[in-house]
Amino acid sequence: MRALNACVAAILMSSVLLAPMGALHAETVLLRNGVIHTEGAQGTIEGGSILLVDGVVTAMGVDVVAPERATIIDLKGHAVTPALFGGVGHLGVIEVEQEHTTEDSTLHLGKMHPEFDPLFAFNPDSIPVEVSRVEGIGFAVLEPGATGARRGGLGSSVIAGLASVVRLDGRNNSSLKALSVRLGESAQSLAGDSRAGAYLLLSQAFEEARDPKVAASHEQQLLTPAGRRVLQSVLAGQKPVLFSVDRAADIRTVVEFSQREKLQAVVVGGSEAWRVAPLLASARIPVILDPLDDLPESFDRIGSTLENAARLHRAGVAIAFSLRADSPHMERKLRQAAGNAVAHGLPWDVALAALTREPARIFHATHEYGSIATGRVANLVVWSGDPLEVTSLVEASWLNGQRISLQTRQTALRDRYLEKVRSGTAR
Amino acid sequence: MLIQGATVLIGNGARLDDGDVLIEGGKISAVGTALPAPADAWVINAHGRVVSPGLIDVHSHLGVYPSPGVSGNDDGNEATAPVTANVWAEHSVWPQDPGFEAALAGGVTTLQILPGSANLIGGRSVVLKNVPAVTYQAMKFPGAAQGLKMACGENPKRVYGDHGQAPSTRMGNVAGYRAQWIEASDYLREQKAYQASLKAGDKAAAETKPPKRDLRLDTLAAVLDGEINVHMHCYRADEMATMIDMSREFGFKIVAFHHAVEAYKIADLLAEHDICGAMWADWWGFKMESNDGIQENIALVDAAPKGCAIVHSDSQEGIQRLNQEAAKAMVHGEALGLAIPPERAIRWLTQNPARSLGLLERVGTIEPGKMADVVIWNRNPFSVYALADQVFIDGVLQYDRAHPRLTPRSDFMLGQPAAPGVLQ
Repeated sequence: MRALNACVAAILMSSVLLAPMGALHAETVLLRNGVIHTEGAQGTIEGGSILLVDGVVTAMGVDVVAPERATIIDLKGHAVTPALFGGVGHLGVIEVEQEHTTEDSTLHLGKMHPEFDPLFAFNPDSIPVEVSRVEGIGFAVLEPGATGARRGGLGSSVIAGLASVVRLDGRNNSSLKALSVRLGESAQSLAGDSRAGAYLLLSQAFEEARDPKVAASHEQQLLTPAGRRVLQSVLAGQKPVLFSVDRAADIRTVVEFSQREKLQAVVVGGSEAWRVAPLLASARIPVILDPLDDLPESFDRIGSTLENAARLHRAGVAIAFSLRADSPHMERKLRQAAGNAVAHGLPWDVALAALTREPARIFHATHEYGSIATGRVANLVVWSGDPLEVTSLVEASWLNGQRISLQTRQTALRDRYLEKVRSGTAR
Repeated sequence: MLIQGATVLIGNGARLDDGDVLIEGGKISAVGTALPAPADAWVINAHGRVVSPGLIDVHSHLGVYPSPGVSGNDDGNEATAPVTANVWAEHSVWPQDPGFEAALAGGVTTLQILPGSANLIGGRSVVLKNVPAVTYQAMKFPGAAQGLKMACGENPKRVYGDHGQAPSTRMGNVAGYRAQWIEASDYLREQKAYQASLKAGDKAAAETKPPKRDLRLDTLAAVLDGEINVHMHCYRADEMATMIDMSREFGFKIVAFHHAVEAYKIADLLAEHDICGAMWADWWGFKMESNDGIQENIALVDAAPKGCAIVHSDSQEGIQRLNQEAAKAMVHGEALGLAIPPERAIRWLTQNPARSLGLLERVGTIEPGKMADVVIWNRNPFSVYALADQVFIDGVLQYDRAHPRLTPRSDFMLGQPAAPGVLQ
């Protein structure tokens, strides 16, 4: 008995000793011989190295010396980028789109609730989050949905609620909020079946926020006190406003409205933005667009063209990318869309910036996302080839300083059936 | 016309480096190296470029769900009854859909237009050549058989179940199909018996009224008679197996399972029954029956002995870049150690879809005697940066990237702001 107790004590002792040992010997990894697209002050470093100590970039350049006990990974000249942007969508709040019980993006109360925050429904364990993460996506914007009445119930609102920047490292987290507003065709059914009605509602909401007396005098107040506080923070310049809008005429109205209300406007969608590019450039309004938009799929998008990104860039408009289909399952396709923008005239480095530093800048998240810099926690991806090419794959990735597993439910399915196909028994 | 010095992806798995393709009278007349140019030939220097057969999409709704997607143009699903074998997709096709010209820029020369998937039996498909025309008749692939669109799974049971009518379950789906085949078998027997007695000179038969014709049963009987093959929308492996059983019960041919997201689970079963899997590279998760989608699906179906993998679009966006969709499938297969060079992957877009449409004798590979449907790519087409430089249909230049003003332009786009073409 005494012997056993001694044994237990020894185990306890060793575990006590081990804990500080681990802290004393920080995990040190040197990524060597890569083409590092820092998207930051150091530009692109050929033959570059990145030193990670406990997940923090402590040195980066061509002449980084490996400390003792560092794990050295030879990148063999492969590309390194910051972890990519996944776009503006519903990642983490939709598991299977057509299963309503797994769809939490949208508030269908038939009332305006700018304070609606879908982040409370964000599930970091969602399979689409995992599937996006292993494709090099490190951050995305979770925005509220806005759709008309569904299942005989009520619709949502032209002010859909709050959008958040989320990190896809499997934890609950977020940074800056933005306000999400729908205009144009998608807002019609939310505003008395009138495109103009959306501006009426928007103007009234901001009026209520600005002047509580006005709010009190309305017979039909649009906003709750919490909703007014959200709009007040927007008016104070604390949050950007995402306007989902496509038609050139509607974009012009957004520019006027934003200038009048002194809003930090961001155009999302913007199929016809190229037609008003000089106006957007002078108003310093960025456009988050889908480079694959090229068909007149609605009367708001008659002027769609594959050259939208290139034309906006030439006019001096800042751009970032997001797929129009806001499916959480397809955010991994955004990289392909960026490559297509390059095929249609956008410089390659601008396309990569539209997946990295530009969305980070638009969403005030450059301290964490969109670039690789010394002193910062690692959010980076190693690619097998050109990061914008469809035939390139993720070789390794670090998010929030941790190297992530590239295994998913999908790779488990693949591995289960791979051998059956190989042995001729897949049936 | 002689295309000279290209890397030629034949479409059947073979590749010819520094190859020439001779086109005469709208047909491919020779493929080889250092072919002599006929005296009056238009010679195209294709050194450094890649030539492939025109791409074939077996699953498109262009024309029946055109752009703009407004109610007046919404003609893809006759969702008023679960069986509408009487309708023909060609009667819904709007030839002015701007999606056709966008698909042409992506190298698509032949496409099958299908009714939607709301119904158990949706109606007859039509195979079109992607030529600009005012009428669908002028676009029809000469002599191509129609197909029959059927749908498994969630769509029919949701659409009709929500209306409180059958089918509302998968077992209801299967009962629904089988009742139709029983009726069609009787109909076919009566029609055949009548024709046979006429042929035999049966006077009584000549004087009796012929059996009443029915459009729905005409279609189904033609399927049982082997004139029309079935293209079946089916995601799940277990449902595909059910459909194979049903096709054997009634004696008809399923040529392809479309959207076969779980085809990798039964790759050998599909090969054994000579059924192609028509698939997306990476669509998944939008409904339960697509929840098990994996990016290796196409490569695994292709890897099975005698497997037939097809990359399809079902999308006005995807049809514009089938080459990129195939490239994604290719690289995920290669990551498993499968050897998939471009000359193999191109089969997913050419030979295999042609086979499923019964048109392999006429298109799908660059071989003498076939229709001269040919794409000249600016580089290896399995790249995000690849663009079609020129697209020929029946030997006629229909798209030329360097001359955007010559590109077909839908009536709908005339006078609209989207300026075509090359960045100024």
